Amino acid sequence: MSSTQQLNDFVTQVRRDILRQVHAVNSGHPGGSLGCAEFFSVLYQEVMKASTDFDMDGKEEDLFFLSNGHISPVYYSVLARSGYFPVEELNTFRKINTRLQGHPTTHEGLPGIRIASGSLGQGMSVALGAALTKKLNGDEHLVYSLHGDGELQEGQNWEAIMYAGSHGVDNLIATVDYNKKQIDGATDDVLPLGDLRKKFEAFDWDVVEVEKGNDIDQLRNAFKEAKSKVGNKKPVLILMHTEMGNGVDFMMNTHAWHGKAPNDEQLESALAQNPETLGDY
Amino acid sequence: MKTYENTGNKDTRSGFGAGLTELGKNNPDVVALCADLTGSLKMDEFKANHPDRFFQVGIAEANMIGLAAGMTIGGKIPFTGTFANFSTGRVYDQIRQSVAYSGKNVKICASHAGITLGEDGATHQILEDLGLMKMLPGMTVINTCDFNQTKAATLAVAAYNGPVYLRFGRPKVANFTPENQTFEIGKALHLQDGTDVSIIATGHLVWEALEAAKTLHEKGISAEVINIHTIKPLDEEAIINSAKKTGCVVTAEEHNFLGGLGESVARTLAQHHPTPQEFVATQDTFGESGTPAQLMEKYGLNAKSIVEKAEKAISRK
Ligand SMILES: Cc1ncc(C[n+]2csc(CCOP(=O)(O)OP(=O)(O)O)c2C)c(N)n1
Ligand SMILES: [Mg+2]
Repeated sequence: MSSTQQLNDFVTQVRRDILRQVHAVNSGHPGGSLGCAEFFSVLYQEVMKASTDFDMDGKEEDLFFLSNGHISPVYYSVLARSGYFPVEELNTFRKINTRLQGHPTTHEGLPGIRIASGSLGQGMSVALGAALTKKLNGDEHLVYSLHGDGELQEGQNWEAIMYAGSHGVDNLIATVDYNKKQIDGATDDVLPLGDLRKKFEAFDWDVVEVEKGNDIDQLRNAFKEAKSKVGNKKPVLILMHTEMGNGVDFMMNTHAWHGKAPNDEQLESALAQNPETLGDY
Repeated sequence: MKTYENTGNKDTRSGFGAGLTELGKNNPDVVALCADLTGSLKMDEFKANHPDRFFQVGIAEANMIGLAAGMTIGGKIPFTGTFANFSTGRVYDQIRQSVAYSGKNVKICASHAGITLGEDGATHQILEDLGLMKMLPGMTVINTCDFNQTKAATLAVAAYNGPVYLRFGRPKVANFTPENQTFEIGKALHLQDGTDVSIIATGHLVWEALEAAKTLHEKGISAEVINIHTIKPLDEEAIINSAKKTGCVVTAEEHNFLGGLGESVARTLAQHHPTPQEFVATQDTFGESGTPAQLMEKYGLNAKSIVEKAEKAISRK
């Protein structure tokens, strides 16, 4: 396990990568990406037992699936800085002929990606399917997944949630990026999600709630607790309260940066708030 | 040759937004539904003017189509709005059973069609939607070429009773349709008279076809240009007559060559007047990230490509 300082430095560099990627092509999704920088960093740096020598089948290793594919900038940054592909490749994000498509894809063969996502609401089923295969294979490693909160409005999630709960699929740890925001505004204004903890519990899931999903120590504890619950005949949900746009003052407390890139000045200000730690790509 | 003036590049989705705003004022039965993409679909003005007739359904497209079908019962005219992918593939069976088979008066309005939505990449770039929609019995399928035509089509589909798929896009493209031109569903527009080759185009490829016709003219080739804004019902007569006159055809569309306008034209000609035909369309591939212009170049969806295909079609006569 890395020290908290090391991990904080990692997160800061990931933020810079997110900002620089979306700025370079004037498109992409910084808000949700920044809100999940700590989650991805802790997951890939400390929690998952996975090989960077990428193999699609991922037997005898932990798997991760990103369902809310629009937050690809954070995913790409953490995959690159964890050794899945060269960090310089972040430079090609969203550009023609890139492996770093706007939304993650297997089509271009980017190491680390096992399913395309972008059209929302499909990843829970995929993660569940992979978890079922792990069971069939007698593979005791875990399946992790991440989902947007707005994304939970898609009905397919609840089909998967019902299946996982009623079949006691207990090698799955799903996380919800609970930032209470989506494209058109606050989830409470668009389509209120209600009491998510109660909803998951009603579908026979164990729920671990993280009050500060942008706090590394809280995340570490949440993963620890979630892992202690696997194998108990229930899938596990981490209900992760986050701040969209976290780490950049003008991107926080608003949904405005869900899918908008900063201009030159804004980038400069955002980067000044997150000084280079591990070296820019 | 007739000249067409581009009065300034505009996005077709804004034409839809402008049409919907007008409908809001003039037709109290029009209601609008959106799945968390109000700004992208340019539905904000309708929403602001008629909060009681605007339904934000959240990220739940299947529910949106079902709600729309239900709302027709009692006389409302629902316009649903989301990206083309989530308007069709995502909800195909909901459209098939609750809208098309049940004959409901739902207007499925789809933005960000095709590769020119750009950097978001293949997950969002549907190139199969025209095929999916035209295969549904009773479905009217419209793919407009510019801002003005999209606005006019939005008004026209409200006046028409039956299920409609209205397809438009994100990029700013040439706006050349006269502002007051009425939109006749199913009626092709004859844009250029020609004798050597017929260019039959839909969507913003119509402008590319007009540009191609100019280049061909400089090369001494006389190209006819037909604007097919309605893929279904198809104006077969216009196509057959043109093919009879020129003896070869190029179809142009931002869609897979399987299932698109090109196939509808080929089927029409095979039945009535077999004619050599070339296809400007994507070649059974998914799209990818890039700028709209780069992607149109890479996938051969521009005037240059139409010129090449026209010359090839002529050589096959
Ligand atoms: C099926 C589908 N419908 C609509 C969209 C467009 N879309 C992309 S992101 C998004 C909002 C997602 O909200 P949330 O899951 O809360 O993510 P956040 O904004 O917090 O990053 C929408 C509607 C999509 N990608 N897929
Ligand atoms: Mg959210």
